[in-house]
Amino acid sequence: MPGKLKAKIVAGRHLPVMDRASDLTDAFVEVKFGNTTFKTDVYPKSLNPQWNSEWFKFEVDDEDLQDEPLQITVLDHDTYSANDAIGKVYIDIDPLLSSEAATVISGWFPIYDTIHGIRGEINVLVKVELFNDLNRFRQSSCGVKFFCTTSIPRCYRAVMVHGFVEELVVNEDPEYQWIDRIRTPRASNEARQRLISLMSGELQRKIGLKVLEMGGNAVVGYLQCFDLEGESGLVVRAIGTACTLDKLSNTYTPATAINPCNSSPSKDIKEAGFGEEAPGVPLSSGPPTPLRAQTFSSFSPSKSYSRQSSSSDTELSLTPKTARICLSPSSPTLQSKSSPIPTTKALRSTTPPPLHVSQSDTAMLRKSVSFSEDLLLAASGMGSGGSAGKEAGPLKALLRQQTQTALEQREFPFFTLTSFPPGFLLHVGGVVSARSVKLLDRIHNPDEPETRDAWWEEIRQEIKSHAKALGCHAVVGYSESTSICEEVCILSASGTAAILSSRFMQDSALDTEHRFEDLMSPGCAFCHIPYDELNMPFPAQLTYCHCCRRYKVPDVLFTTIDLPTEANVTGKGCLIQARLCRTKKKAQGEGNATAISNLLPFLEYELHTQLMNKLKLRSMNALFGLRIQISVGENMLLGLASATGVYLTALPSPGGIQIAGKTPSDITYEQHISNMQKKINDTIAKNKELYEINPPDLVEEVIGSPIPEPRQRSRLFRSHSESSDEVSELDLSHGKKDAFVLEIDDTDAVEDIHSLLTDAPTPPGFYSCNTEIMPGIYNWTSALQMFTSVRVFRLSNVNLTNQGLNKVFNDLCENLLKSLYFKLRSMVPCCLCHVNFTVAVPEDELIQVAVTAVAMSFDKDQTQENGRQSIDKNLMKAITENEDQLQFPLELSAESSSNPLNSAKGLSEVSGPLPSARVSSLEKASPLPEGRSRSLRSNRSYAGSSVTVVKMTPLSFIPGTKIIKYLGIINMFFIRETTSLREEGGVSGFLHSFIAEVFAMVRAHVAALGGNAVVSYNMKECVFMENPNKNQAQCLINVSGDAVIFVRESELEATPPQPHSASAQTSSSGEGT
Amino acid sequence: MSMELDVFVGNTTIIDEEVYQLWLDGHSVSDAVRMRLESDALSECEASGEVLHSDTMDQYRTFQMCERLLHCPSKLANQLLFQIPAHRQAMLIERYYEFDHTFAREVLGKKLSKGTKKDLDDISLKTGVALKSCRRQFDNFKRVFKVVEELKGPLVENVQHHFLLSDSLARDYAAVVFFANSRFETGKRKLQYLSFQDFAFCAGQLISYWTVGAVDNMMEDMDVDLEKEFLHDLKDLKVLVNDKDMLDQHKSLVCYQLKGKIKAFSEMEANFKNLSRALINIASKLTNTKDVRDLFIDLVEKFIEPCRSDKWTVGDLTLFLTHYTSTAHTLEMFRFQILWERYMGVIKSCILKMYHD
Repeated sequence: MPGKLKAKIVAGRHLPVMDRASDLTDAFVEVKFGNTTFKTDVYPKSLNPQWNSEWFKFEVDDEDLQDEPLQITVLDHDTYSANDAIGKVYIDIDPLLSSEAATVISGWFPIYDTIHGIRGEINVLVKVELFNDLNRFRQSSCGVKFFCTTSIPRCYRAVMVHGFVEELVVNEDPEYQWIDRIRTPRASNEARQRLISLMSGELQRKIGLKVLEMGGNAVVGYLQCFDLEGESGLVVRAIGTACTLDKLSNTYTPATAINPCNSSPSKDIKEAGFGEEAPGVPLSSGPPTPLRAQTFSSFSPSKSYSRQSSSSDTELSLTPKTARICLSPSSPTLQSKSSPIPTTKALRSTTPPPLHVSQSDTAMLRKSVSFSEDLLLAASGMGSGGSAGKEAGPLKALLRQQTQTALEQREFPFFTLTSFPPGFLLHVGGVVSARSVKLLDRIHNPDEPETRDAWWEEIRQEIKSHAKALGCHAVVGYSESTSICEEVCILSASGTAAILSSRFMQDSALDTEHRFEDLMSPGCAFCHIPYDELNMPFPAQLTYCHCCRRYKVPDVLFTTIDLPTEANVTGKGCLIQARLCRTKKKAQGEGNATAISNLLPFLEYELHTQLMNKLKLRSMNALFGLRIQISVGENMLLGLASATGVYLTALPSPGGIQIAGKTPSDITYEQHISNMQKKINDTIAKNKELYEINPPDLVEEVIGSPIPEPRQRSRLFRSHSESSDEVSELDLSHGKKDAFVLEIDDTDAVEDIHSLLTDAPTPPGFYSCNTEIMPGIYNWTSALQMFTSVRVFRLSNVNLTNQGLNKVFNDLCENLLKSLYFKLRSMVPCCLCHVNFTVAVPEDELIQVAVTAVAMSFDKDQTQENGRQSIDKNLMKAITENEDQLQFPLELSAESSSNPLNSAKGLSEVSGPLPSARVSSLEKASPLPEGRSRSLRSNRSYAGSSVTVVKMTPLSFIPGTKIIKYLGIINMFFIRETTSLREEGGVSGFLHSFIAEVFAMVRAHVAALGGNAVVSYNMKECVFMENPNKNQAQCLINVSGDAVIFVRESELEATPPQPHSASAQTSSSGEGT
Repeated sequence: MSMELDVFVGNTTIIDEEVYQLWLDGHSVSDAVRMRLESDALSECEASGEVLHSDTMDQYRTFQMCERLLHCPSKLANQLLFQIPAHRQAMLIERYYEFDHTFAREVLGKKLSKGTKKDLDDISLKTGVALKSCRRQFDNFKRVFKVVEELKGPLVENVQHHFLLSDSLARDYAAVVFFANSRFETGKRKLQYLSFQDFAFCAGQLISYWTVGAVDNMMEDMDVDLEKEFLHDLKDLKVLVNDKDMLDQHKSLVCYQLKGKIKAFSEMEANFKNLSRALINIASKLTNTKDVRDLFIDLVEKFIEPCRSDKWTVGDLTLFLTHYTSTAHTLEMFRFQILWERYMGVIKSCILKMYHD
């Protein structure tokens, strides 16, 4: 019995009137966990009942604690008939299972009913007592921290990044069970909500197990999605990046400071286990802890492909996909160039599962290869294709040898992170993506979800091989998604091929130098091509880096990651979208799947062409945060690509866009073309001004930069003569070799140009991007407004052409953006950050677009230059501060690299060797945050007082503040249904209140955990269905994020610098409070 | 081809004050969009009708959802559905409860019942306030009335506490409630020239000095009703006109004080007895509920109109009332000093407020 869950029902307020006669309610509460139910007394005749119940105690397995939500049902007591349900609250108690997150859940929760929405509030107290004397690493994974944030969370330091973790669980969808015909919509909805909650818990627990096996203590960039496959079932799947994290400064529980080296034992054991597999991986000095040794003793390198994705948890699954990069500078080591271990080519030959449509699959494979061609060809400035990409794979063998690291042996060297600790990301190759069209079939055995697993397996293998073709050994910014229509499902995965640092495996002393080198060297390194320029995987124009002049860079760079903080950017960035709509004949089954997979390559090709055109039109040369969503409907396919365009200083200036006509003889036609050309040139010039893109003059650059060695210089000159684009970058006149040629020989091309020019510029004072940070804006104020906007458009004339559809779709997106700018006009100057569009085709003639983003104001008085400088300084300071706080690596490596504390059980002894001054300053530091937390808490429990303000943002930070504690992941799923659509204000009224309710419930949960913000907030799903004739509508929303406590930086400044108190997670991670 | 659904929801609820006012004023969405298009304030945003329509719809929906909470403003502060900064909440409440004085003038003193509600379309026609807005304002009156009617303690504070209104607005509501409770006659043609503010001022005076609460905050009774005992005692003031000596003496004292100081001296001298009799008669009749209701019409007919026809200036009137009040204290036989002061203080300020064209 490893855990005791305690819940207390305090009071209710604003309850609905359940008894018309008295205008009052006789409410009582049922508290349920697992199969145990407790009830409070009935509090008669009140809309604000004060139950003040005893503590209800549930003695349960910690496995259940992870899987099950606490279910609170508020009912109206009725003497003569059945009691009426008022509503429910589901509380995920996972945050209480980690020692570092929340310790108590206490606060007002909205009472939610799937038919009536929020009906009053209930005050609940929840605590968990975990018993520590049991081996809880068997089935449960309590203590593994989950973060939605796709970077190393702000108050942590990455000791190790182990790599990709994934899991999926399947079940029957209650909505499609036979019993659904006889039960009420409410019962059906609640069954679904509960099931998804259970499945999420189970999924998280299983992922946690994998993380523990890898020796990690956290999952970063955790992305959980569910696929509503209708008849064939319900799939909940998740991916993430396993890490070992160290807390930077624990302001709440001081004195547990520990040598960061202690966190390495787990890693060491793994090294021991995998010794032969990873000869280049550092071996560190820490002795293995017994526990770990036991856990990992069963590892065997021979199990190189024992992919254990089933949900059976009988044995420790030994997935060897522990691609990890050691970030612990304390470990002595070497750069591993070596390990000629045969790459797992064999993996490719996975036998196709019986269910998949082989035809579409092959089509798909061909297509996705050609896709990477498209991208790269487009990148090279030529629209027409070659076939270089296909033979690219084998050619990379040589290069691969050079760049081989421990990563190579991992099954999937994927990282869901989008931004990285400085120096981690070395080079970026480009976007890799793969799609596959599958026919859904009933999942016969929910315990063996192998079909779905195999599908993803294929896609991931494809991604991996694409990355290899680009000379990269890793994929970063990795994500997966699906689009389902009837029985057809498109699986998509995309990421950015990259080379990651092996430098982090080096000794800490060396690391200091390197770190400084990193900071000193202009942020251009990541642009340098990772592939061999003699054996390029595709024809691209390479030039010497405009920053360092030493390495080659491509002329255009597409990535799915965030702009690295160290990147040198000229001017500001902007949101760039490519939108496409293609009609498709209605079809069934295989025919449909084939039709879709035939359309896909064209769709992607066009999206890329559009992106490239729009990028050139803005005079930019790189895309970050690229996200391509393909959504399938019965009679159309929608494609939406969003990215943030920037001008990377390291990359060459993009050429202009030149229009070429096919019939030069016709004079009016010529005129028409030259008019268009003029328009385009004007737009480019305007955009340059708007985004402040003034690339530094080349000559100055040469003078200003350190004089290159003669050899380099000659090379430099050679590059001049070769590429001959140095002059042309200064003006945009057409006719240059590198100019991007658009041939308008058919209507499509005209359409392209039109769509180019119809994109309305953002109104003055507004900027937008879909990444975390906007280059060129640094002086954020604390004003921020997160919002969700949803639009559904009905196409009434049935026979629309592709062009007509395109225009409709394009206008829909453009108008939506315009509306957003208008609504947020009071925040000007401001930037819409992390603009996340999701498109769907919910029905035959409906297009649904949902946007979630955050508007952040900035101070425009401060000049850009100052801003940039100060941010640079801040960054530097922050980094060095962090290091200082950690006494690491400088002090640590000097004082205590051979620290006797290197034992994992050193937790209690830690404070000994610490300089006492530090300890005292630590104590000094504590009162303020302590008081803060107390005030937060008291705010919460003070009934009748104002509600805690909870900020929400899709970003991983809140400007002007410091996140001092992560309280746990928020992952909530809601269903709302109505049978009185008109009375609720139609579909808009219905959805408006539902979204507001979802926000309210997220805020309430965060506040109850003691938090005041949600970061990395994401609305992953918004499925809306309506039937106006029946006056009905239903909507499903899935949201996620990280609950945090932040404090304003101004408040923090008063405290003395936070001392070192990083605690080792490996040994303490599982210990509950 | 149509937008089936269009919503925007912010974590912090966005409230456009201008649209809020349009909504409060009872304009339809299309009217509001038209008015916003015409207004200059938005011309710089270059917002199209489409954008404005979408925005207006969103705002209207938000307001409709908030309305339920606004009916009980204290709920707005601890509800969880909308995250609205405190100062915006205050704005929402204040604006929601603000009312058109022209409208309030029409309803003043009427019973806040269904019957009156039926007349709202007439009032709407007469005042030019949209019917929707009239309904909201009327419902607000009714709601406030219902809540504070039974409450103990000072009326203004009760309104303020329960509806979180600003001091001045709470006073206005107190006036409305007070008038509705005592059903003062305000609708007569002769009273038409008086504005809501005039009456609100008078109500304030009555509440401050003539109610039970005015004497003792701790009293069981409420602020809404005039103090019965006080009204009964007012009969004693009759001595001032019934006792001929006293009347003469009072007149001579006033004349002595005012000689040369006011323009309408001769008219005053000639009319003194009538005026004094009028004021004392009003006082002595106040035991009757019917006469309490007629307080204002009586003041106008019996006192203000005679003065006005004699072309008294406001200055004249002020001096007269001041000395009329103060000289009574010097009358040897007059024993009701406190009562007199309490009565005349209110009457004087009311008359002065009401004495205009």
